[in-house]
Amino acid sequence: MQDDKALFDIFRHPQTIQALSRKIYQEALKLSQPLKIMEVCGGHTHTIMKYGLKQLLPDTIEFIHGPGCPVCIMPKERIDQAIDLARMRNTILLTLGDMIRVPGSESSLVEERARGCDIRPLYSPMDALKIAAENPTKKVIFFAIGFETTTPMTAALILRADNEKLHNLFFHINHVLVPPAVHAIMDDPQNRIDAFIGPSHVSVITGSKIYEPIAKQYETPVVVSGFEPVDVMEGILQIIAQKNENRSEVEVQYSRAVTRDGNHKAQAMIEQTMNVRDTFRWRGLGDIEHSALQLGENYAHLDAEAVFSQFLSNEPIDDHKLCICGSILKGLAKPNDCTVFGTACTPNSPLGSCMVSSEGSCNAYYRYGNVV
Amino acid sequence: MKHIQLSHGGGGEEMDVLIRDLFYRHFSNEILLRSEDAAVLEVNGKIAFTTDSYTVTPLFFNGGDMGKIAVAGTLNDLAMMGARPLYLSCAFIIEEGLPYETLERIVVSMKDELAKSGAKIVCGDTKVVPKGSVDQLFINTSGIGEVVLSALSAHHLQQDDIIIVSRDIGAHGACILASREGIELQSALSSDCATLWPVVEALISENISIRAMRDATRGGLSAVLNEWAISSDVCIELEEKNIPICDEVRGICELLGMEPYDFANEGTFILAIDPCDALRAIEILHRFSMSSNAAIIGNVTSHKAGRVILRSAWGSTRYLERPKGELLPRIC
Repeated sequence: MQDDKALFDIFRHPQTIQALSRKIYQEALKLSQPLKIMEVCGGHTHTIMKYGLKQLLPDTIEFIHGPGCPVCIMPKERIDQAIDLARMRNTILLTLGDMIRVPGSESSLVEERARGCDIRPLYSPMDALKIAAENPTKKVIFFAIGFETTTPMTAALILRADNEKLHNLFFHINHVLVPPAVHAIMDDPQNRIDAFIGPSHVSVITGSKIYEPIAKQYETPVVVSGFEPVDVMEGILQIIAQKNENRSEVEVQYSRAVTRDGNHKAQAMIEQTMNVRDTFRWRGLGDIEHSALQLGENYAHLDAEAVFSQFLSNEPIDDHKLCICGSILKGLAKPNDCTVFGTACTPNSPLGSCMVSSEGSCNAYYRYGNVV
Repeated sequence: MKHIQLSHGGGGEEMDVLIRDLFYRHFSNEILLRSEDAAVLEVNGKIAFTTDSYTVTPLFFNGGDMGKIAVAGTLNDLAMMGARPLYLSCAFIIEEGLPYETLERIVVSMKDELAKSGAKIVCGDTKVVPKGSVDQLFINTSGIGEVVLSALSAHHLQQDDIIIVSRDIGAHGACILASREGIELQSALSSDCATLWPVVEALISENISIRAMRDATRGGLSAVLNEWAISSDVCIELEEKNIPICDEVRGICELLGMEPYDFANEGTFILAIDPCDALRAIEILHRFSMSSNAAIIGNVTSHKAGRVILRSAWGSTRYLERPKGELLPRIC
């Protein structure tokens, strides 16, 4: 391999991937029973699908696609709130990526934008500072989403906005936490999960230690892995080794950036600006205690939920009654077990959370399910 | 005359001056200068006829500008149907206040692009609309070409045909994305925008057995191949490692979580070729700088009719899907 090749080429090296595949086949022979691995994060689902990794693994390895897609798990009432905010006069609503496509109870941000609301997907949250400064007569609201990975960016933005005394930049915080969602899944007695692949970018911030109680309490190996195909294959190999050696520990495959304790500075910024909500509703999983963040009291004047509360609808909205996303997220059902999969529920008109984003499992099955 | 004003589209003296000093001066040819209500054209045999409207932000980008695209894009649509480009119409919708110099730069760029194929702009229209009604400038061009090679069609792919791409993909889409507000990546990446007729003419004159050609504009490689697979009811299988993609485009895709197969191109075309002629076609393509890294990327099979399958270098496969919705970066 040439030195000037892109860094990621090493982690997509065909011979390395094939060698890992052979090694996994060998080690998997020693497994006493088939292994159900939950990849918590939608990014890993994406890697598995995009690079066709399932085809390189024995049938005894099964993936259960977890709840770690911030777009998929956003409940309709929160999207309705984003729409309520966007519809206010003199308002610019900012958010990230494909959040704008996700349907709420009646509309989506894309539809509202077409109707004339000023809704802008950002590439970097820091652009919110510029937009707020350039539009001093408008209310600029950042609809913040994401797991622990993206939370520090919002925290940094809050601190900057406060520091620069920007009076027109507000925050609607929807940051969610990985461990409570994993507990919610594992506490269902019907769950069938044997091990977890943890997302590396979350642990770059939080450290790998957040999974230690999970590995211990449920006796499930957790391997924190990167998102390249070599990373995921190596992570699977580490899980199989733990199973064969009857261990359930937290291991870090992504040792190039993950430590046990994580990024202290980022953690401090989050603690300074946000605190944990009593409860938060997850699309597909329902209400989970202490599973999301909200703005801290010192920043209440920036909190769109408080400042604009009179404009916000707050009715909890149930998932579609035919949707079985909750069971799929717990590994109790596959997307094609659902009666509306591919018929009433498609990527263009999703009924349930798993069909919403390209990282959801129903969406992935719909797109890639039939190949070869 | 510093900025375009509403009077420049008003039909009076100012408009007349604009047309003569700018459009007639640069697009000058006998048919246009007759200034009749319609151009009268001499054409032999079958003609191909196409139209396209152009809007691009920013107006000027690395490797081109809206004027270059407005000419090359329409000429390329003709070339892809095996037609020698002959005549173009050109309509400008200009936002009040556009600097005259900006418009002139675009017109000069159109003139330079026309010279590459010998096609002429023979009729046109100018509208100036109040500020805010359009984003600076919209251009529509229609084109007429003489069909030199007929029977090219998205419906004509056959089993074992070879799929060729004329150069590395995604340069235009990535270039525009990188310069967009909010991303502003610094890169040496340049749009692939180019008039394809010279290379198409060479392929035709050397009797290459072409089943179909398509320039991979919006929707990129994935849109073209999916359309072909459906229209011809065949399976197209691609070797991912053989699809040329430059490092800058790969880098932008990695940063934003996008696929180069979905990116727009403005001077890149896909060919389906009789397998006997594939190597000769590559040899011809390599003679031209605009297609010097043309590559065979796959072939036509009967494996899964209507689908495009991408094979990875490590032996797994997946469907290459048509892009859906707005291209948005992934969140994390």
